[in-house]
Amino acid sequence: MLTTKWLKLFGVFSILALALAACGGAPAPSQPTAAPAQPTTAPAPTGGGKLEIFSWWTNAGEADGLNAMFELYKQQNPGVEIVNATVAGGAGTNAKTVLKTRLQGGQPPDSWQVHAGKELTSYVDAGQMVPLTQFFKEQGFDKVMPPKLLEQITYNGEIWSVPVNIHRSNVLWYNIKIFQENGLTPPKTIDDFFKVAEALKAKGIIPLAVGGKDRFETPHLFESVLLAVFGPEDYPKLFQPGADWSDPRVRQAAEIAKRMLEYSNSDRSSLGWADAAQLVLDGKAAMTIMGDWAHGYFIGKGAKVGVDYGYAPAPGNEGVFMWLSDSFGLAKGAPNPDQAKAWLALCGSREGQDAFNPKKGSIPARTDADVSLYDEYLQYSIKAFSSEKLVPSVVHGAAAPEAYMTEYGNALNVFASDLDVDAVVEALKDAAKDLK
Amino acid sequence: MQQAKTLSARPARRVRWMNRDRAIALLMIAPSALAIAVFVYGFIGWTAYISMTDWRGLAISTSFVGFDNYLTIFSTGRFQTNIRNLIVFTLFFLASCLVIGLLLAVLVDARIRFEGFFRSVYIFPMALSFIVTGVVWQWLFAPGNWPSDPTGINLLFKQSGLGFLQAAWTTDTNVVPGWRIEGLRTRIGIPMAMIPVVVAAVWQMSGFVMAMYLAGLRGIPDEIKEAARVDGATEWQVFRNITLPMLQPITLSAVIILGHISLKIFDLIITMTGGAPGNNTEVPGLYMYEITFKANKFAEGAAVAMVMLVVVALLVVPYLIYNRRTEVER
Repeated sequence: MLTTKWLKLFGVFSILALALAACGGAPAPSQPTAAPAQPTTAPAPTGGGKLEIFSWWTNAGEADGLNAMFELYKQQNPGVEIVNATVAGGAGTNAKTVLKTRLQGGQPPDSWQVHAGKELTSYVDAGQMVPLTQFFKEQGFDKVMPPKLLEQITYNGEIWSVPVNIHRSNVLWYNIKIFQENGLTPPKTIDDFFKVAEALKAKGIIPLAVGGKDRFETPHLFESVLLAVFGPEDYPKLFQPGADWSDPRVRQAAEIAKRMLEYSNSDRSSLGWADAAQLVLDGKAAMTIMGDWAHGYFIGKGAKVGVDYGYAPAPGNEGVFMWLSDSFGLAKGAPNPDQAKAWLALCGSREGQDAFNPKKGSIPARTDADVSLYDEYLQYSIKAFSSEKLVPSVVHGAAAPEAYMTEYGNALNVFASDLDVDAVVEALKDAAKDLK
Repeated sequence: MQQAKTLSARPARRVRWMNRDRAIALLMIAPSALAIAVFVYGFIGWTAYISMTDWRGLAISTSFVGFDNYLTIFSTGRFQTNIRNLIVFTLFFLASCLVIGLLLAVLVDARIRFEGFFRSVYIFPMALSFIVTGVVWQWLFAPGNWPSDPTGINLLFKQSGLGFLQAAWTTDTNVVPGWRIEGLRTRIGIPMAMIPVVVAAVWQMSGFVMAMYLAGLRGIPDEIKEAARVDGATEWQVFRNITLPMLQPITLSAVIILGHISLKIFDLIITMTGGAPGNNTEVPGLYMYEITFKANKFAEGAAVAMVMLVVVALLVVPYLIYNRRTEVER
């Protein structure tokens, strides 16, 4: 009696387990194209339904900006439930891992954060995004965003994502007090930099704070040196397919970077970019070269721009704005395409960008923003973006594909440790194979 | 049921009932066996297959390229460095854990007062996750702008008048002795930045080894030791010729358990150093993560995963075979 009961029970369990295993096992090896068909529910006329937005904005300023946009979205589309799928981690490293797994499993979020530029192309090549050229025309975005930027989100003749903001990566941040006390001015050229650095070193101050723990700091420093050496015309060519990295100027840039690193803190690899920025704020180091998210960090620490810290283009980068941009695309097979389109319309609108950017500490991708909403540094940056030469950042996904970024990044992280110029020149030559 | 009872009177029924037992047993293990078949062995097979394709980029590609990916990864200086680091980490970690674990076990076994307290103190770090250990020890071993403005352990040394003990710890870029060998794209030696990582790992796991050895020590009958003492053996001889040999199975188990943790290590290193400085503390697990999910080189990532599997298998499979043999002997 008992045994037959048990038998039946286990029979049921094993069938259940079988069913579970079949459900769980099947989607993983399936191709991304096997994504479920779009639900055939009628397009929500006055709202309702769901919207899932995937990003890596979890820190104070950026999360506030995202929430400000969500608030606007809720006002415009009452009744839509927003699912905020964020995964913490600087530069989106962890988030991208989760995203890629979801895309491969055929379960995309409706819209996800992606760096405008080359990083987009890997998703497009995999057939995971929907072209937005028509949408741009309808919304008039193509008329209010700079052509250089539109060029970067165009691939295979179509536009693929809506840029929300622009960050500048080649900024020199410095401690104003240290510069005043020592009668120094922020260096404009590479030669100036070494003069200033020598003077500071003699005073026992670390001239340049550099991090390394987040694995992008030295590569970040090096892209501004490359720009200084190659100039705005030749720098972007370095990241075109078939680029010539045997150019002697690569070695020249490596020599400069080596000297710069010799003027920096010796515990680079144990500090993140924010720790390096903190050294400047604490007056232990005089300068750091970092993107303008450092501005957000300084403000968050209660420091005042123009009083505690100042900004200038990175040495040798005068008149050139190295940009990166966060954007949102539309997923192929998005569960809620109508809600997602309403989201993208908001992302590209003046209203949306002006709600997001002052909080995030970046400038709008549109040229018609309300400048009065932005602080001193951001106003300077808005002006620079519209008047200076624009070049894309490689470390932040604008200039080169991810496979290349990884190889380039590792070459420079090794360089940061062994300062071997020959080795880094070779490694960069090797890395160029991944330029596609 | 009535029929079953009459049948049960006959001797032939014994075999049938055995079969029924077996059927139940099979059904009972079926769910987990099936799940393991799909989620473990199925995916190992899938990874092995992917490692022999040319899958790069987010779109899957299944063109067969044989062992090309393996040749690619083994020819990069980075992976060679990873293997070197893994060997150094594993050797130091195993040796230190075994020695310290045994030492602690012998001390605690000496019937000291508050034995339970010490036992708990030593084994407590094991309750933490490697992530926690990594973050805390990263703070401790961050050298700061030493020697003038140090942080962490360096600051402790400075404040206690032991300033000469300050070091670069996790930021030390030296490889000792750093030999270069023709054809290899890495330097052979001990990456000094790996030492703090080993310290953190040993701090966490040596208590566990102590617990294993303690169980082993308590399992050695006093009579044998007494007999040896009566025969005039010194305490050292008792330890050397009786205790140590009888602890051998424990040592083997400890080596297997620690070894497979060590060969797959990821969480401790990614939080403590992230592989820095350069690639001096990077191990294959980190490399696999980066080239798969950052560089989208799925096929090469799968190849690294397979190499890791083979390395762990080289350690575990002989142990399983040995275990099976000894069980059969019993």
